[in-house]
Amino acid sequence: MNIVVCIKQVPDTTEIKIDPVKNTLIRTGVPSIMNPFDKNALETGLTLKDRYGGKVTVISMGPPQAKAVLREALSMGADEAYLVTDRAFGGSDTYATSYILSQAIKKLDDFDVILGGKQAIDGDTGQTAPSIAEHLGTARLTYILDLEVNGDKVIARRQVEEGIEVIEARFPILCTATKESNKPRYATIKRKIASLKAEIPEITLADLPDADVSKMGLKGSPTKVKATFTPKRSACGVTIEGNTPGEIANALIGKLADGKIL
Amino acid sequence: MSFEAWKDVWVFVECFKDQPKSVGLELLGQGRKLAEGLKQDLCAVVIGNHTKEAVKAAGEYGADKIYVVEGAEYEDYSADAYGNVFLKLCEKYQPNTILVGATVNGRDLGSKIAVSLRTGLTADCTALSVDEETGNVVWERPAFGGNLYAQILCSETRPQMGTCRPGAFKKPEKNPDNKPVVIREEISTPAQEIRTKVIDFIKACEDNDIRLDEAEIIVSGGRGMKSAENFSVLKELADALCGTVGCSRAAVDAGWMPQSKQVGQTGATVSPKIYFACGISGAVQHVAGMSESGTIIAINKDETAPIFEVADYCIVGDLFEVVPALVKELKARQQG
Repeated sequence: MNIVVCIKQVPDTTEIKIDPVKNTLIRTGVPSIMNPFDKNALETGLTLKDRYGGKVTVISMGPPQAKAVLREALSMGADEAYLVTDRAFGGSDTYATSYILSQAIKKLDDFDVILGGKQAIDGDTGQTAPSIAEHLGTARLTYILDLEVNGDKVIARRQVEEGIEVIEARFPILCTATKESNKPRYATIKRKIASLKAEIPEITLADLPDADVSKMGLKGSPTKVKATFTPKRSACGVTIEGNTPGEIANALIGKLADGKIL
Repeated sequence: MSFEAWKDVWVFVECFKDQPKSVGLELLGQGRKLAEGLKQDLCAVVIGNHTKEAVKAAGEYGADKIYVVEGAEYEDYSADAYGNVFLKLCEKYQPNTILVGATVNGRDLGSKIAVSLRTGLTADCTALSVDEETGNVVWERPAFGGNLYAQILCSETRPQMGTCRPGAFKKPEKNPDNKPVVIREEISTPAQEIRTKVIDFIKACEDNDIRLDEAEIIVSGGRGMKSAENFSVLKELADALCGTVGCSRAAVDAGWMPQSKQVGQTGATVSPKIYFACGISGAVQHVAGMSESGTIIAINKDETAPIFEVADYCIVGDLFEVVPALVKELKARQQG
């Protein structure tokens, strides 16, 4: 089984701080990590390989430093890693990013399964993976909990708001994984050391001669960022005080009742 | 660029088991605002096997026109079948703007439509407005876990598309006298073109069946809860108020609560009447999911916790003392 896993390097958004004076994001010193949901996707891919055999290829689009997450994926058990990188790819929105990744995936072997996380924690759109499926014309199942192969059929459990759908599909298919899908495995020391020496080939614009450049980068992106700002917070709440928890409770419930909130 | 041929604001009124989901009705309120700005009609799109309830609701919540496509193949969502319908409707009527709920299926369908039509889709918008001069919708959305907000434009292509999370907006006032034009289209999707088929469904079991995005009162706990068992303290308060229990990402990461209970940027967006934040520090990623709540009450030992910056009522104290006292007080008043 040929498995491709799309992973993204993201800033650890829990570590981002706001400059209180300038009211801007402080990005320096914020650690970069593998998008957590992509780790679940990788685990899904590695589990499929353990069970049914095959090859797990990871790809990531980003600057050269994104090779760090590809190495991490190799240390967890991926067989091959590719970095999709070019200046021409910069400034891509989800449409352009998914187009470029779809072209890079086409360049690799034929695939049976493409996996990705349900969303990335920096952009939070959840759009890139299903958009890749659309560019490739592949069937897709988002938010899957697991995948089982039954002859030429794929049986997946898919998490929706109201419960879990059991879905029957066929290869090739693109799926996105969620946190509840699995618990990603740890890297082994041996693999970790090997991953540091592993060669990570780059896929650049020159490697995609059949691709449509007008669908890439800032120019190929239908959406453009007009402005950014940081959310304003203003402390204007009422402090509820009391000598005992009972007094505090009485004061709060009293205020809620007076304001007809309760 | 002229977009004369592209008319009307469309809202996808998504259904589950023939019932319209709340988010589609919430978006009709936002769609109305955009339609007024663009001086165009507000249209609902309803796809399903039995669409009676959804069509009725779409009318009551303000649609001028409702496009309806029915068929047994639309009983369950699939990107192939729903995408086929939506794209055929777009081809025929050329909408200017499309709003879709940022549900599991909505994000998928939105992506499919946007890629097929080679247009822009902005995810998880929290504020929408129209630049009347250009006719562009200004899509406002959080990024970096709510640490940053961006205004996005899709100025070169139509339709311009966006998704909004369930609970991000309130439903508009109901108008039972609204008389929408209902347009039924015959669009079928052959079985062999539907590559994913739902063969079974397992209903989620939740405590008292109040879903986070539909609860009027939510009592949430964070890192300060210290253990899974301690959430029973919050459950008692939630029960006393006929509400439900939620949590922050820290509580999910610690394994104390399932992700389905998580409020925040990577969880649910909620806007209940009352939101209790107990032992939650107030990381932006959490605040992004609950700041639209009617009344926010924060209980935290640390008086410098950022949650107090968004709270309407601030209690600096031990939640394990204050929350039981609140339950006691409520019970005393209910009896009195």
